[in-house]
Amino acid sequence: MSTRTDKIDELSARAADDAGVSLAAAAWRRLRRNPVFLAGAGIIVLFVVLAAAAPWLAPHDPSVPMLGDQVVKARNQIPAVQDGHPLGGDQNGRDLLSRLLLGSQQTLLVGVFATLIGLGGGLLLGTLAGALGGWVDTVVMRAVDVMLSIPGLLLAVSIGALFAQPNQYTVILAVAIVQIPIFARLLRGTMLAQRHSDHVLAARSLGVKQRAIVFRHMLPNSLGPVIVQATLVLAIAIIEAAALSFLGLGNPDDRIPEWGQMLGQAQTVIDSHPQLAFWPAGCIIVVALGFTLVGESLREALDPKSRR
Amino acid sequence: MALLEVRDLSVTFHRRGEKSTVAVDGVSFDVEPGQTVGLVGESGCGKSVTSLAIMGLLAKRGATVSGSAKFDGTELLTLSDRQMRDRRGRDLGMVFQDPLSSLNPVISIGLQVTEVLERHRGLSRKQAAVEAAELLDKVGIPDPKRRLTEYPHQLSGGMRQRALIAIALACRPRLLIADEPTTALDVTIQAQILALLAELVRETETALIMITHDLGVVAGLCDEVNVLYAGRVVERSGRHDLFRVPRHPYTHGLLASIPRLDAPKGERLSPIRGSVADNIPWTGGCAFAPRCPHAVDRCVETTPEMVVDQVVEGDRLLRCHNPVEPAGRAEQEMLS
Repeated sequence: MSTRTDKIDELSARAADDAGVSLAAAAWRRLRRNPVFLAGAGIIVLFVVLAAAAPWLAPHDPSVPMLGDQVVKARNQIPAVQDGHPLGGDQNGRDLLSRLLLGSQQTLLVGVFATLIGLGGGLLLGTLAGALGGWVDTVVMRAVDVMLSIPGLLLAVSIGALFAQPNQYTVILAVAIVQIPIFARLLRGTMLAQRHSDHVLAARSLGVKQRAIVFRHMLPNSLGPVIVQATLVLAIAIIEAAALSFLGLGNPDDRIPEWGQMLGQAQTVIDSHPQLAFWPAGCIIVVALGFTLVGESLREALDPKSRR
Repeated sequence: MALLEVRDLSVTFHRRGEKSTVAVDGVSFDVEPGQTVGLVGESGCGKSVTSLAIMGLLAKRGATVSGSAKFDGTELLTLSDRQMRDRRGRDLGMVFQDPLSSLNPVISIGLQVTEVLERHRGLSRKQAAVEAAELLDKVGIPDPKRRLTEYPHQLSGGMRQRALIAIALACRPRLLIADEPTTALDVTIQAQILALLAELVRETETALIMITHDLGVVAGLCDEVNVLYAGRVVERSGRHDLFRVPRHPYTHGLLASIPRLDAPKGERLSPIRGSVADNIPWTGGCAFAPRCPHAVDRCVETTPEMVVDQVVEGDRLLRCHNPVEPAGRAEQEMLS
């Protein structure tokens, strides 16, 4: 009997909770209780804080080879872990921990901006195609099909290689362009479904203008999957940006550290000094994991089928 | 002159690589101000398509609409998209079947009511909000101010349908089309919604087209009933006559398909055999003939025309070669 009244109490409490909330607010409430989301968000927050505070946290200047005297190229000798340098130095005698910390800035910035630009382009194209239909839809979607037929990383590398002088901006651009067709196709699909939905028909039956139908009725209802995709793309963008740097298509100036670039430089000494690859690779994996966890739990929270 | 005059309305759907489908085939009816006209039939008989064609909501590509639908003397079918858009919501309102999916889930009820007020009556946001609360109150939604800030998923089914009716009636349209407005609701709520519609229509002299497959709705609300089959009207009558003396075998079958509480125990329901085929042309015979227990040879040879029924008094129109004899008469004949 007591369990039953408890249950009723809980239900009514939840009902009271729900008064005057939008679907987004309800999704946020579900999200807050999800341990997967909390873990992912924890990782992201940790790295964002580390990146933001890196200039103060880093024990040394990442561009100065202060342990240079311990580097002996001929004997493949690299500074070991020692006082003041908890992770040792890199192959040029620079402090590894400092480089890792500062590197998080580049990696996160590239990931976030590449995703934002990709998202913006995808939203524009997807809205155009989904709202207008007809030949606009055909032209946009064929172009998207062509881009999607090339594997993402290959396309990013090709675009990155187009630039004579690669730097972090060309990396952002290359990674962003690869994401555009993914967002465009996703949004166009949900927009099309919206176009034939009952509430859009109802809005049309009220004489609502086309622009209001697109921006007030279709677009907001189509954004859920796109937001989920954006968090997942953040993980992909970080990995692809690292891959470009690894391949030497990133910023050639290695005084500004970047994880992919550090990984690339570590490969020559990976047999004798695997820690140089281990740390940046580990950071990339953990950050990507964080975004993936958040993305997956967002998908779950926004999916109507998983709602109680 | 009637408020809405529909003449010979036909809708044909085309699909590339497939035979085109005639969904509505020469439907004609009138609706007077304050009058409620029912369009009744099974799924797929063309009743919803008829209403969408009148509202100009059918996709331009893929659907051909012919015939005429005059609203207050203006031909609706030839109006431009823009002109039609200005009329929808202002002169012509529509209430849909599923109240949950017909409301936008991500914006508040208030915004959905004020949107149409701002659009057609040019009210400011503030005025519209005041008016919206009045509208919700009028359709029987308690605590309207709070409801305006809520989202569709927070309302019960009946409340949602009331909200939809409020939105459709926001600009006091002269014609309201209700497309199965009670199908998705509980029986008790159905009665409330019907009573509300009847009251609003009576109060405002709105003409109402009631689209339904539920003969109970027709019995409660409609002044005139058009029974549709395969895109054509097969019988037209005042509702009381129709229920007392159904003449078309299809109407008769529809009435006989309703379970009755007062039926003798053990009596079986008598459903109509088969279902509406996708595309039965009305050429070379009656489209209902394959399912008709009354079919005679003539039914598969010549297409019946819509004629004034000679047997039943009143304005009964009928499209049938071999109608069902009124029960009283049949019994008399058996006795004699």
